[in-house]
Amino acid sequence: MLNQWLYIAIFVAISILLPTIAIFLARVLSPKKPNKIKNSVYECGMETFDKTWIQFRIQYYLFALVFLIFDVETVFLYPIAVAYNQISLFMVIETIIFISILFIGFLYVWRKGALNW
Amino acid sequence: MDFFDFISDPILAISKWLFELLNGWGVTADWSNFILYFIGAALLGTSALLLTLIFIWAERKIIGRLQDRYGPNQVGPWGIFQSVADMVKIFIKEHIIPYGVDPVPYHLAPIIIVASVLIVWAIIPFSNSLTETNLNVAVIFLLAVGGIGELGIMMAGWGSNNKYALISAFRASAQMISYEIPMAIVLLIPVLLSSSMAMDDIVNAQKMPFILILLFGALIFFIASIAENGRAPFDLAEAESELVAGFNIEYSGLKFGMFYVADFLRAFTSALIFSTIFLGGWRGPGVETFPILGGLYLTLKSLVIWFLGVWIRGSFPRYRIDQMMNINWKFLTPVSLALFMLAIFFGKLFENYGQNIQYLSILIINLGLFFISLKLINRKEDNLEIPEIGLRSRPVAKPDNLFSKDISRG
Repeated sequence: MLNQWLYIAIFVAISILLPTIAIFLARVLSPKKPNKIKNSVYECGMETFDKTWIQFRIQYYLFALVFLIFDVETVFLYPIAVAYNQISLFMVIETIIFISILFIGFLYVWRKGALNW
Repeated sequence: MDFFDFISDPILAISKWLFELLNGWGVTADWSNFILYFIGAALLGTSALLLTLIFIWAERKIIGRLQDRYGPNQVGPWGIFQSVADMVKIFIKEHIIPYGVDPVPYHLAPIIIVASVLIVWAIIPFSNSLTETNLNVAVIFLLAVGGIGELGIMMAGWGSNNKYALISAFRASAQMISYEIPMAIVLLIPVLLSSSMAMDDIVNAQKMPFILILLFGALIFFIASIAENGRAPFDLAEAESELVAGFNIEYSGLKFGMFYVADFLRAFTSALIFSTIFLGGWRGPGVETFPILGGLYLTLKSLVIWFLGVWIRGSFPRYRIDQMMNINWKFLTPVSLALFMLAIFFGKLFENYGQNIQYLSILIINLGLFFISLKLINRKEDNLEIPEIGLRSRPVAKPDNLFSKDISRG
């Protein structure tokens, strides 16, 4: 068990190292001739103005909230799915009720128009 | 006998040989294990990155042929060295770092995006014998690692000092997190059928590939995985033919190349996951005696799924962002929830009648739900009202013909 996590840790370290080494090598190999015009921000072809970190649509935030609810829900459902062979029909119905409550919330969000882009 | 062992499973034989060699040098067992893991991980990661070169070439060639072009055909036979030449070129390109970037997220983003794709390769069982990685929370690990990619995209957009990169990053991450939901819900059903979250147990449980039981579930998973990879027809974050680029617009040189590599590698990685979970992974005739065949079967199955993705990319028009969000939130999410609820209920109800009856009931639910949702889509399409703009009748863009069969109608 511990060995598996060791392997995962080594793999994570290596998969971060590989692109880092590649980018570092390319940085060494590539020419470095910066100048003012080349290094200006591209934006959309025009000269940039005002702050870059702009206000964004509230819609993104709403989607993120709805996502969070469903993500937490699925994390709760995984243990039930693993223990599926051992639980009784009654517990399955309880699970369905649990999903239905969230589903009603989903329908409410839908009716409120939060899912309209 | 030694030779037969080597032929049937070269990787295990080599690792055993190395282990004994290290022991002979006086290295303790723990350290030899560490060294072997290190070598294995380094080889797998490097070969995954190098495989990307072949995938880039193959995808360009296939899309070229689908669109009645030749594709790359100058460098080497069939243009096979095109991506090698591209790699050499991109390696010696200048790294232009624009003024005013936020240095930490800007420089970390390409590394994190590539890493988030590569880490997934750690949990895929490539053959019968490579079971060191039988992680017991593999499916949750998969979903969690998927989230790191979104983090990389947000960092790229946030650090670039560019309004449009920021907007694109918001769009891309909204798309990716949305499509993670139907994916996660559909993944629950293979988990409950094999009653384990470990990838190896899921493969072992597939006496019959799960796609034969979960036809509709596999379809939902496939669509969601295409959308999560941000590939056509869901590639709004960087619509190549309409915008210059997406969140990666301020990157140049190999930093841009890393985004490109991550994009193409992710396509094959999700095909690997699909074939592990729904197509039986390394299972196939003769894997018990020759475990090395398992890797071959897995690769072949993934190549078929990967080709399907490329085929879709070459032939479908792009969705608008509101259509894409509607497909997810108003179709895939409710349908996958309904599929899960019906599957657990009827699966439990018919559990005592034996496994075959249970599987059959789940299959019938899948087919039934598929036809019901098809009917619903068609009815919605018939009731569609297209607002007329202006007095004279003239062609207007149709707002919501998501799954339109007949373009000339309505």
